[in-house]
Amino acid sequence: MTDKQLPKNLQDIISHQNTESNNQTKGYQQAKEHHEVKSPQQTNDLKYSTSPQLLDVHQEAENMPDLAKRHFFKRIGMVGATGVAATTGVAAAVEATKAKPSWGGSSFMDAMGDLFQDHYTRMTNEEMTEALDRIKRKAKRKFGVDIKCEDTKPMPDTYFGYALNLSKCRGYRECVEGCIRENNQGRDSQVQYIRVLEMDEGDSNLEHSDHYYDPATVPMKGKYYLPVQCQQCDNAPCVKACPVEATWMDTDGIVVIDYNWCIGCRMCMSACPYWARHFNWTEPQIATEDLNHNTNYLGNRPRMKGVVEKCHFCTQRTRKGRQPACMEACPTGARVFGNLLDPESEIRWILENKTVFRLKEELGTEPKFWYFTDEARART
Amino acid sequence: MRTFFTFLMDGMKTALRGGPLYYMWMLFLLILIGITGWSYSYQLRDGMVITGLSDQVSWGFYIANFAFFVGIAAAGVLLTVPAYIFHRKDVKSVVLIGEAMALSSVLVAMGFVGVDIGRIDRAWHVLPYLGKFNWPSSMLAWDIVVLNGYLFLNLFIPMYILFNHYKGIEVPVRKYFFWVVLTCFWAISIHTVTAWLLSSNVARPFWHTSLMAPRFISSAFTAGPALMIIILQLVRRFTDYPVSQGVIKMLAIIMAIAMQISLYFVAAELFTDFYFEGAHAASMHYLFLGLDGFDGLKSWIWTAVGFNLIALVLLMVHKTRNNMVTLNIACVLGFVGIWIEKGMGLVVTGFIPTPLGEIFEYTPTLMELGVSVGIYALGAFVFTILTKVAIEIELGRMGKFKNIKQGVGNAGDLDNKIIVEPLPTTATVS
Repeated sequence: MTDKQLPKNLQDIISHQNTESNNQTKGYQQAKEHHEVKSPQQTNDLKYSTSPQLLDVHQEAENMPDLAKRHFFKRIGMVGATGVAATTGVAAAVEATKAKPSWGGSSFMDAMGDLFQDHYTRMTNEEMTEALDRIKRKAKRKFGVDIKCEDTKPMPDTYFGYALNLSKCRGYRECVEGCIRENNQGRDSQVQYIRVLEMDEGDSNLEHSDHYYDPATVPMKGKYYLPVQCQQCDNAPCVKACPVEATWMDTDGIVVIDYNWCIGCRMCMSACPYWARHFNWTEPQIATEDLNHNTNYLGNRPRMKGVVEKCHFCTQRTRKGRQPACMEACPTGARVFGNLLDPESEIRWILENKTVFRLKEELGTEPKFWYFTDEARART
Repeated sequence: MRTFFTFLMDGMKTALRGGPLYYMWMLFLLILIGITGWSYSYQLRDGMVITGLSDQVSWGFYIANFAFFVGIAAAGVLLTVPAYIFHRKDVKSVVLIGEAMALSSVLVAMGFVGVDIGRIDRAWHVLPYLGKFNWPSSMLAWDIVVLNGYLFLNLFIPMYILFNHYKGIEVPVRKYFFWVVLTCFWAISIHTVTAWLLSSNVARPFWHTSLMAPRFISSAFTAGPALMIIILQLVRRFTDYPVSQGVIKMLAIIMAIAMQISLYFVAAELFTDFYFEGAHAASMHYLFLGLDGFDGLKSWIWTAVGFNLIALVLLMVHKTRNNMVTLNIACVLGFVGIWIEKGMGLVVTGFIPTPLGEIFEYTPTLMELGVSVGIYALGAFVFTILTKVAIEIELGRMGKFKNIKQGVGNAGDLDNKIIVEPLPTTATVS
């Protein structure tokens, strides 16, 4: 490995990883095959034939039922609407959940199985198989389809990082859409792991950013675009804050969540400096035809209400050597995902040759998400 | 034979007996608890969507009340110290009421955390061994430890004393002195940890200040005595238990001092944020002046500032502090002022703007208030029972204890007739 030209913090991360990998948490099994993370040109990923467009928020609001509208207003930040929501909230909530099956859509035995399910790192293989079966049965009952749900372990000698080229990003929000389709986020609740901020040229103050710009008019003159998602911090405040260890950093550097262990206290949401964590304020609603059947336990399996979720670098894809969905969806090639431990990877080339920065680095969170521009750094 | 079992049974009988006013009060509280049960069933069924919370403002009314009531619980120590460390007899006669208030407040605080978590069915995950407890890393894990510890301390010390009184035994203080001292330190710890729960978040500049814990303690020692003064008057009014005016005077002076410190801390924070306004001042700007046209909390915080200042003047002027009407006004204003400032003002403001600079406001929903109302009522319910039983034992009507009348005097000769040694502070201020 040629460590000579690595930035210092990256060296820290890699050396940290090398000591960590010898000392893996009980229950993690190393994958049998070593997969290379391919560069974007080499990978021929699955494409989605059906791609429901994100709601055109301004028009759709008029036609939404009350509950959806309430969510909608939550997302778009119309403050005056909260008062309306407060008064209609009760009635709307009652309406929306009529005729729900008992046990939250489970059989009694499955509900009990969920209730007493152990922490991810303590589950035996049999217990994990049962847990995965319960997830599949629940999806079958809820969506009427057979889904695949696996517990994909981290690959050996892998430590993931992400780099994003701000010169190339034009704010199309294709990454947001790709992410939602891939990761089974609630459509009514409009949970989005990626938020693209429209920034004024010459200004990087996040408070001046526009979160709700119209993606049909981009790129706008005088603006640039800053996509933000979970930065997969190496020193993650959310992991430290969780009272029950429902979230932790896996050996491949991804901060994952056991949705079945999360108690929904939202301590991690207060702790996150990147607003990456999102709560399921109600049961996430997804149309059957929009459901991604290829799911992972610590990834995009259907979530339940009352738990926190966030970007997990598409564990269901990246742990099998594929690209994350946002990278695949990006039409401008602004996104570069890869293995930081692989000296031949594109992300390593970027870190070695480009001027990069990380968001809120002064907080000491050590994000594994870098931003860079087309301008190459002068070599010495 | 007076055993622990007969103690519990007699206690239960005492709790179930009472005049029409007692029954009406308890029925009223039960109705409020019922409203909480009804509202909470919707929250269980539909999720926390029934609240006004959002990904932007992910904690609100529940956590604000949690933080506030941990403070009220901690203020119980203000009676413990003079009673057991300075041996003031008049304070010692009401210290059990203070401990009942602390215990009930801890229950209220825990109740608010309980309704705030999204998966109450997984609450067992915080149990040691069975669950997975992220201790000592997580401040919430610390909070669970210290709150439960405080709950048990405030349950077992009074129970030990009362059980012995019930048997007709006066236990010397030295036998439980260690636990009393532990409770005093523990009281400070519960509120400090609650403050650190907020100030430990580097993501939220508004909370990320070392002044948070001192501010919490000083405001708790303002709101706590305010509530205590009102409760002691109610006890005096509705029971024949003697409550010395000296205790109320002492609490009023503590409140006067704590309010000055609390407001001084607020002023120190305002100066630091506003002298040269950086990005970290955005939340403070939102709270006091509004930000980009959003000013949902502005009128609230100025109300709180106004209330606190009026209360401060009433408490600092000797004449108004000693007049029960103006003292009660000061208590109500101070209590409400602190509740706004440290509850909604502190918790909600931390989320505005979000770490990505979005401004999204929060208003609690009716359902959220519905869930909350019975949690307060539960506290009042538990407090009423504990106080009633304690008073019956202390007055010798339940069990064999007879000392109280010799020690402090009858209900008839109250109001300054009981001569007690004043604290040094009392002497200098008055």
